[in-house]
Amino acid sequence: MATTTDQQLVLARPRAPRRPAARRNNFELYSWMFMRISGMALVILVLGHLLIMNILDGGVHRINWGFVAGRWASPFWRLWDLLMLWLAQLHGGNGLRTVINDYARKDATRFWLKMALYVSMVLIVSLGTLVIFTFDPNITN
Amino acid sequence: MTASATSAASAQDNTSAGQDKTNAAGSRGSQPPVPEGAITITVKIRRFNTEFDDEPRWESFQVPALPTDRVLNLLHHVKWYLDGTLTFRRSCAHGICGSDAMRINGVNRLACKVLVKDLLAGGGKATTITIEPIKGLPVHKDLLVDMEPFFEAFRAVKPYLINYGQEPTRERIQSAADRERFDDTTKCILCACCTTSCPVYWTEGSYFGPAAIVNAHRFIFDSRDEAAEERLDILNDVDGVWRCRTTFNCTDACPRGIQVTKAIQEVKRALLFKRV
Ligand code: SF4
Ligand code: SF4
Ligand code: FES
Repeated sequence: MATTTDQQLVLARPRAPRRPAARRNNFELYSWMFMRISGMALVILVLGHLLIMNILDGGVHRINWGFVAGRWASPFWRLWDLLMLWLAQLHGGNGLRTVINDYARKDATRFWLKMALYVSMVLIVSLGTLVIFTFDPNITN
Repeated sequence: MTASATSAASAQDNTSAGQDKTNAAGSRGSQPPVPEGAITITVKIRRFNTEFDDEPRWESFQVPALPTDRVLNLLHHVKWYLDGTLTFRRSCAHGICGSDAMRINGVNRLACKVLVKDLLAGGGKATTITIEPIKGLPVHKDLLVDMEPFFEAFRAVKPYLINYGQEPTRERIQSAADRERFDDTTKCILCACCTTSCPVYWTEGSYFGPAAIVNAHRFIFDSRDEAAEERLDILNDVDGVWRCRTTFNCTDACPRGIQVTKAIQEVKRALLFKRV
């Protein structure tokens, strides 16, 4: 089929921008920085936690209700566990958010995976926080 | 020699035209004399003709080569004497134009800069060289990919001098130290070796990719340019520098030896400390 010159030539504008304009906020910057800082904090928190729970005097075999109650009598260990819970959840959640951003092919998949992620994060963080704050060592009595 | 002759014969079988003089569609005809000291190399090429093939396929050719030949010479031999339908880009053949980026033995290289002697199998074993198109860009045919997504990301970072002041009547003066800051990133030839070696780019094509960041870096750190802020804003978003996982694939792939990951880190640092 010959194309004649009277036919109008339709060309896409070559320089038309295809990307949405930059959002001009620092969210990605802060989340990148958060990953570095929380990562360093978690190395200490988690390794310390593993050492106390699994290695020091008798390790995992001495863990029972009384052991947890004894530890949580001190606000220091409650704060330790609270920090560990929040940082681990946010650090892992943000990591998974990046993985989903990288690997989800369709926008809908991406949206629903992220929703599932956020809901699970909120659930676990709130359940954990609730337990740490309302733990009652005498509940069995 | 015998091996190359048989592959020429099989190439002839493949051509439906079956013309008398030429031994393959579009090729130049009889093979040139094999030079002294040549070895036969199996060149395994990932081919894809989007018109006829449902999916890519591997095709092997026996090519006589000298150790001092470049991989580009092997491709020329295939195209000129064995199968003229092989499609790839090249123009300068001297590592300047950046057209012949491809995956050679699994790594992104310019075919015109890789020597056969560096790919020879040791211990007198037969050598096979695999050649694939660069990853992450749509394949048009064989080794020829659609570079448009790559150039779109390049254009999006405004890779040109922006200066809002009065146009000077003479040259814009710059100190040697100021010039040094972006010297490395001026060397980019836009070959796409880096961007198509980046695992983040493979999975998410909207990531600007190392090459675009390198070219933004070239202007962000140029003292004569005034739009560093605009470019930093663009690279601060989801598809910008924070996507980089610092895996150094790009630095390893760059045929110009540009410290690509370092340039990306410098852009991150400029964003973190609000300092250019
Ligand atoms: S260092 Fe960054 S840009 Fe380079 S290949 Fe790795 S993730 Fe991609
Ligand atoms: S930075 Fe290097 S690998 Fe990337 S496009 Fe430029 S020259 Fe090619
Ligand atoms: S052909 Fe120009 S860079 Fe290889």
